Amino acid sequence: MTGHDVVFVLVGLLTAAAAILTVTSKNLVHAALFLATTLAGIAGVFLVLAADFLALVQLVVYVGAVAVLFLFGLMLTRAPIGREALDNQNRGLAIGVSGGLFVVLSALIVDAVVGGSLGDTTVAEVTGPGIEDIGMAIFAEWVLPFEVLSMLLLAALIGAIVLARREPGDSGEEAMATRIDFGDAPPTEGTDSLSSGSLPELTSGERREGGP
Amino acid sequence: METPLWVPLLQVVVIFTYYLLLTALLIWAERRVVARMQSRLGPNRVGPFGILQTLVDGVKMFFKEDVTPGMVNKLIFNIAPIVGVVAGFLSIAVIPIGGEVTLFGETFTLVVSDLNVGVLWVLAMGSLHVYSTFLAGWASNSPYPLMGGIRSSAQMVSYEIAQGLAVASVFIYTGSLRVSDIVAAQSGSGFVEGVPGWYAIPLFPAFMVFVIGMVAEAGRPPFDLAEAEGELVGGFNTEYSGLRFGMFMLAEFMSVVTMSAIVVTLFLGGPAGPTFGAPDAVAGLIGVFWFTLKTALFIFLFILLRGALPRYRYDRLMNLGWKVLIPVALVWTLVTAGMVLLEQEQGGFGAGLRLTMASAAGVILLWLVATSRTPRDAGDRADHHEVAPAPGDPAAGGDDDVLATHGEDVPRTEEVSP
Repeated sequence: MTGHDVVFVLVGLLTAAAAILTVTSKNLVHAALFLATTLAGIAGVFLVLAADFLALVQLVVYVGAVAVLFLFGLMLTRAPIGREALDNQNRGLAIGVSGGLFVVLSALIVDAVVGGSLGDTTVAEVTGPGIEDIGMAIFAEWVLPFEVLSMLLLAALIGAIVLARREPGDSGEEAMATRIDFGDAPPTEGTDSLSSGSLPELTSGERREGGP
Repeated sequence: METPLWVPLLQVVVIFTYYLLLTALLIWAERRVVARMQSRLGPNRVGPFGILQTLVDGVKMFFKEDVTPGMVNKLIFNIAPIVGVVAGFLSIAVIPIGGEVTLFGETFTLVVSDLNVGVLWVLAMGSLHVYSTFLAGWASNSPYPLMGGIRSSAQMVSYEIAQGLAVASVFIYTGSLRVSDIVAAQSGSGFVEGVPGWYAIPLFPAFMVFVIGMVAEAGRPPFDLAEAEGELVGGFNTEYSGLRFGMFMLAEFMSVVTMSAIVVTLFLGGPAGPTFGAPDAVAGLIGVFWFTLKTALFIFLFILLRGALPRYRYDRLMNLGWKVLIPVALVWTLVTAGMVLLEQEQGGFGAGLRLTMASAAGVILLWLVATSRTPRDAGDRADHHEVAPAPGDPAAGGDDDVLATHGEDVPRTEEVSP
């Protein structure tokens, strides 16, 4: 085992541990943080495999944006973010499905590497593909899957907006918005809500007292 | 030739010290300049012009009591400030502060590591910085810090997109992600002989987007909504004290220096500048001078912004990020990519046509700036009209303005009115 292998195993163990903690943790924010750790660990794996471009893209996109958005979503919604636990009783099913997937995937990988379905490919030197090669592969060779994926993401984005958007007339508690207009014209006489003469004297009187 | 271990070690120490010194000077300069803008004196007791004030403050931070409130999540509470400082320091690793210097028979490159994917490194470390404020806000387990954390994460994620796109046009134009390639590509003359070929000129829109984005990314006024001391007590760092608060402060000022260094490197040629015919051995050191000068200019801009502008309202901030900066950066990335492709396929345009197109673009840009205003939130306006259905009696007169600025008074008056 070279030093390289040792680092690879260490990073892999860290990633796997974080991944397991992600699904077993009962606190949602902890789970999201472990997810971020897992994603960062995957970036580390890429780095050990000399794919520095992929590693940094992984950091920028997944750790820096996706995981942050997860956390952001948790804090904005009514998800329990404190010490309360969250458990939806589907633990057994989840274990079954993920265990099955794990077995299938590892069988495929072991078969590909050990069983020889890859043929006699041997990797001579450890260098990641050049950035240009990655670009050509994505945007020339695999452009159709790329576009399909983009459309899927776009559809998900629009769907999220449609679900989250509330029309002005909808039921539910309206948030109190502060009505300040900083437009280029100063508020003219009469157009303001509070100047409509039906206002009681009391309010403006109070205001005047407090003013300079 | 095998370089001995102490050479890179010395490089790291020198660059670390350089940035630390620059940060300390920034804190002092900021207090002096802002004081001057507000007709005060600012720190003037310790050392000449109070220049050692930062050092003394640092010592104070060190010896202050470091309170950990009982309700916090201890582990994350402790990690958060460290993440901020570490990410801040790591991002400068790829920025060259000068050329090569030969001393004692060894060649020193004044950069910690010239990574193959240097520009992405900067972006990645910037995105790790989000975790610092965000985790601090969450781990404090208290409302104001949480608000600050949420604000900062939304703000940084939004502005990161615009900034990333601006950087994308730089490396599309250069054709390389390596920082030294980007600096080298800017070292010659531009379209016109004698004018430096800095990317700030051909990539002007990207430059502007980056400069605005970097102020937001550093969380500095007028975009300092994460700490907004008028609204959120201290924002994400409310519960922090002593050394850990000091680390947040260091991280914030550090990011000002880092962002200035990055914008100088990407758009203003980095350490490039006239060397006055100095021998090669010390020409690299003159680069340090130019680099420091340009960086100081941007640091000064940060300070002026802080002294001159009021804090943005939160929805305005989001409007600016999503409806102005991102579209501009996106369009400009496309234009840059198209131009580069044309250059590769057809050999580009002649100098005359280029100049004409640049001027036309400038005129259009000016026109857009002159006629446009920040797009407003449609809901904002609808809301406004809902509350103010009809123009009433203008007799109330001068009180309008006072009341109009206090939207939260509306429910109270409604209660009273029947």
